[in-house]
Amino acid sequence: MTKTRRNFLTAAVTAAGAAAAGNLGHAEASAASQGEDEKAGHTHIHDHQVVPSDFALRVKSLESLLVEKGLVDRTALDTLVDTYEHKIGPRNGARVVARAWTDPAYKQRLLTDADAAIAELGYGGMQGEHMVVVENTPTAHNMVVCTLCSCYPWPVLGLPPVWYKSAPYRSRSVIDPRGVLREFGVAVSENIEVRVWDSTAEVRYLVLPERPAGTENLNEDALAALVTRDSMIGVGKITAPGKPARSGRV
Amino acid sequence: MNGIHDMGGMQDMGPVVAEKNEPVFHEPWEGRLFALRRAMAAWGKWNIDVTRHAVELVPPEEYLRLSYYARQFVAFLPMLVRSGLVSQAEIDNGTPAAGQAKVTPALTPEKALALIAKGVPASRDARIGPRFQVGQRVRARNLNPVGHTRLPRYARGKTGTIQMDHGVFVLPDTNAHFKGENPQHLYSVRFDARELWGKQASEKDSVNLDMWDDYLEPA
Repeated sequence: MTKTRRNFLTAAVTAAGAAAAGNLGHAEASAASQGEDEKAGHTHIHDHQVVPSDFALRVKSLESLLVEKGLVDRTALDTLVDTYEHKIGPRNGARVVARAWTDPAYKQRLLTDADAAIAELGYGGMQGEHMVVVENTPTAHNMVVCTLCSCYPWPVLGLPPVWYKSAPYRSRSVIDPRGVLREFGVAVSENIEVRVWDSTAEVRYLVLPERPAGTENLNEDALAALVTRDSMIGVGKITAPGKPARSGRV
Repeated sequence: MNGIHDMGGMQDMGPVVAEKNEPVFHEPWEGRLFALRRAMAAWGKWNIDVTRHAVELVPPEEYLRLSYYARQFVAFLPMLVRSGLVSQAEIDNGTPAAGQAKVTPALTPEKALALIAKGVPASRDARIGPRFQVGQRVRARNLNPVGHTRLPRYARGKTGTIQMDHGVFVLPDTNAHFKGENPQHLYSVRFDARELWGKQASEKDSVNLDMWDDYLEPA
């Protein structure tokens, strides 16, 4: 068992050491021995084939090591995983949107002090410490990206989907937002502004979509059920129930 | 650092592929790693800017080839070793060094819930005045630091307008290198899409970026 763990962790640190220091010829070199300023000149590893099962075993080995050292509590890990798998997700954001659609005073608070307004519904915290809500209108469509990494408003949307963290979305959203929107089935007419929000700091952005026509008789719960995650990132359209999913034009 | 992570404006990455009914974690190890990174951060040996920079230092071809969580794992081990919480020998051997007392975990389940609920604010109460006002025209400085920065290449040298003053925030450029928080005003700056990309962009469109005082100069 120990031997197995050793193999997996060593394989990982080979890649990690190279990642930190660009040290092709000394794969066993201690990452810790590399100074902060030695990282500029990368050389790169090319022969390290990564398969997911490899990572599964390596992460398991690392967890075991950290638990044995007393550095982590497994039940705390379980709590974190369970919270983001089952308790925090886009249904939270949908409740915020539905409240804003049905309560004009709430909407005003949401647009002027999003942290406080979102906290009114019991949401907030990690990766949503500084929220700004941007409103879609008949003349402006907003969409959110993080070109530099994966910043995303966790308390209201949960953890981001793979596509949000992917190179295509991160690279193209700022230079070709209308093309990206078309791939999501959202056509924005030429006379509507597209406003892209690149999350380059700790401020997290949530899009307040337009309430679709034909939902005048729906209550807050029914409205929340219509709100999709993608619409709150700004890449999805919301259709009223019973309406055919037509052009998707916003 | 002008690294591969600074992707805004690149054009050859292919279509955006969205998975239907995507799970939060595709495999259990992704969730365990996600949790391990939070649990180890509770020791206070690094900050969020250090972790971001660690991922940026994954070599570019690895960065592109690895999945999001695989990339994070590759970036995680050197941070652990550098922090002194885990030795290289322990990672090599996969077992704790002999004779070391077992410590008490920094993050209990109760503290994990508190962390999730409260987060780690990056704003600071410091009484520091803004260098710029809402509505003011500004130019993003042409900075090319070899270390961490949150000023994307595509905006450097471009002129925009201060749209919001978010208040005083920690500056990642120094914080990522343990050189202090350097708190200063952070703004949302709006750039016309044509200022960034020329005439191929719609004259209607714009991109907002969050930028600190140190990233800007009067235009």
